[in-house]
Amino acid sequence: MTEYDIAVIGGGNAALCAAMTAAEAGARVLILETAPKPYRGGNSRHTRNFRCMHSGPHGPLVEQYSEDEYFQDLLKVTGGKTDENLARLAIRTSEECLPWMMEHGVRFQPSLSGTLSLARTNAFFMGGGKSLVNAYYRTAEGLGVDVLYEAAVTHLELEGDRIAFVEFTHNGQTHRISPKSVVVASGGFQADTDWLTRAWGPAAQNFLIRGTSYNRGIVLADLLKQGVDSVGDADQCHAVAIDGRAPKFDGGIVTRLDCVPFSIVVNKNAERFYDEGEDVWPKRYAIWGRLVAAQPDQVGYAIIESQALDLFMPSVFPPLKADTLEDLADLMDLPADKLKNTVESFNAACGDTSGFHPTELDGVATNGLTPAKTNWARPITAPPFYGYSLRTGVTFTYLGLKVDENAQCQTANGPISNLWAAGETMAGSILGQGYLAGFGMTIGTVFGRIAGREAAAHAN
Amino acid sequence: MQTDLINEARRQSEICNACRYCEGYCSVFPALHSQRSFSDGDLTQFANLCHNCRGCYYACQYTAPHEFDLNLPKALAEVRRDSWETLAWPGPFARAFQSHGGAIALFSIVCFAVLFWVMRSVGAADGEGFYAALSHAAMVAIFVPAFLFPLLSLAISLRAYWTLVEGDPVRMSHVVRAIKAVANMKNLASGHGEGCNYEDEDRFSQSRRYAHQAVMYGFLLTFASTSAGTVMHYVFDLPAPYGLFSVPKLLGIPGGILMTLGAIWLIVLKFRADRNLADAKAWNGEIAFVFLLGFVAASGLVLYVLGQTALMPILLALHLGSVLSLFLLTPFSKMAHGFYRLAALVRDAQNTQAG
Repeated sequence: MTEYDIAVIGGGNAALCAAMTAAEAGARVLILETAPKPYRGGNSRHTRNFRCMHSGPHGPLVEQYSEDEYFQDLLKVTGGKTDENLARLAIRTSEECLPWMMEHGVRFQPSLSGTLSLARTNAFFMGGGKSLVNAYYRTAEGLGVDVLYEAAVTHLELEGDRIAFVEFTHNGQTHRISPKSVVVASGGFQADTDWLTRAWGPAAQNFLIRGTSYNRGIVLADLLKQGVDSVGDADQCHAVAIDGRAPKFDGGIVTRLDCVPFSIVVNKNAERFYDEGEDVWPKRYAIWGRLVAAQPDQVGYAIIESQALDLFMPSVFPPLKADTLEDLADLMDLPADKLKNTVESFNAACGDTSGFHPTELDGVATNGLTPAKTNWARPITAPPFYGYSLRTGVTFTYLGLKVDENAQCQTANGPISNLWAAGETMAGSILGQGYLAGFGMTIGTVFGRIAGREAAAHAN
Repeated sequence: MQTDLINEARRQSEICNACRYCEGYCSVFPALHSQRSFSDGDLTQFANLCHNCRGCYYACQYTAPHEFDLNLPKALAEVRRDSWETLAWPGPFARAFQSHGGAIALFSIVCFAVLFWVMRSVGAADGEGFYAALSHAAMVAIFVPAFLFPLLSLAISLRAYWTLVEGDPVRMSHVVRAIKAVANMKNLASGHGEGCNYEDEDRFSQSRRYAHQAVMYGFLLTFASTSAGTVMHYVFDLPAPYGLFSVPKLLGIPGGILMTLGAIWLIVLKFRADRNLADAKAWNGEIAFVFLLGFVAASGLVLYVLGQTALMPILLALHLGSVLSLFLLTPFSKMAHGFYRLAALVRDAQNTQAG
């Protein structure tokens, strides 16, 4: 096998940004992607935008989005659990990344229908994340980067303050290479159900994984076992409520359900458990993954009536439909009497609905109901009735490798001289909890480029 | 209409409508995303809007081996061909050609034979140039019906299309917008203007767009050339043959060259492209049709070069035979796509202007 200066472990956005940057600096780079080619790109293939600071109109972005506003948005979602230094580095650098991305083949489009709220802050990839991944692979290969698919890295040997060799399997054979620098960009561990179960408890067996089935955390576990510093908690993950009928892996964007604010959501005992109308959906969808995870069997059921059907984005599976609540309960395997009671007491608590306004907080609330529904509370009376089942869909986990502003990994004894990390595998350094749309791609791009730069500087 | 094809397109469109990542690529997606459910007419309209640039396929996170198994370019190509077969008039005759290259070849040979036979048996009075082989009157007798019949057939089919897609009364502004989209092949450019993903997986390339433009503008130039000849003959009493610096030749020769080269280029691209991203069943019908187009153009050029030699009568029969075949097959071959596309773009202009 050719001697490589740099091995990049992983094949998503962060890995590709590192590989391209290093190759442009003259390094010979090998990408070890564990997925087969059709599934290359990890979770990046499911993404759609890049959150970007800008001081004026910038590419597809309008107006401006300052460092401080961006940082405040981050503080809101993380509840302050962030490393301000690294977060501001990511935010500040995002502005120069946008033209860099275009130079490397990414194309943008106006924000998608149904995503107007992000038009100023997030630049949308034409065709979505897979087209970004495709463009980066083409550019990387043009720069002389070699790519091995179905190359599963099993071990990085940490000797003193450096990685001595990388072991991986490919075509049924084990290989060992000793590159001068190593970049780890192989995501979180959410696809390893056993690990997720150890962190979350048995409930995790019922979680669906929204993205790739290849983020099993093998390299992450291997490095943590050898004493590489970690960041984040194993039970922290980005999780949303998605259609319960979604596939176990790779359901992606189409399995999201936006109906919650216009519904009542019950658990398998047909009881409501949270205010469905607490805030507009873009600000609330991320908490519903945890809410559903806390219910028996980790499942919820959203019930709507016919006039609510057109108020939210269509999802991939049609809703269950019945002319009576009893029939709907049967279809959803819910106790029919109980569901009827729940709906009736909800309906009785609804007041004047003349102020109903689907796109803003309308204050149309229930009276004397626990839990209350504080907006968009309209009685569910007009058949046919529709139902969706909800399950917890995990996007990614936050436990990862701790890095410094050079994306360099470390142990208790100090920096590891030839190991850098980028993307989801180190995102926990910046995101302690919560999530900001498009920020994962920002972290991946910014730290991927830094890791590539540093790895190449070390190798040269 | 074949319900299995329509239903498969509907299944895929519903997944697309929940994703919307491809919204910027072409006219299909904004049209698709503006609705919640899709009638057969809607899907037929999407199918005729789709130019098979394949950008959405390579960008799609749900293509096989994913269980959703999306392949929208293929699903829409199949609905498209099915719609042309279903709407064609007269029906049974039409179905022979879209997916049967052999039938196109056979029909063309029959047309050659007809021309030979007519030249043999009718011949020419004391004509000059080509009219020495076949009189002007005989040409008119053959080609006026061969020109009018396809127009009648297409008019009937497009009327049926318009009913199916619930089109509104057409205004000039709709037509202007549609013609603009055709003129620069906007829907083969993908949203960022860099062309299709046609001949080399996800690499963007203008090849197909340019090749198509060469054929289209070449065809229009040769058509204009023939029209100019007709006007000169009847209005100015200037019958053929025409010299090099005459309007018919100045339009016809560049047109013929563009059309010939464009057709060769399209065929080369069609062999390189992944057949699984289009209507595999129609592949040989499409190749035969492009070949016929190229043959019409190339035989016209050869006829111009060798028109003074003893080969002229044979070449004239081959050229006019291929023109006859192309004209008569227009409503029933891939040639029909131009008319349906234009109709779909007019309908799309109505939808987007209204919305």
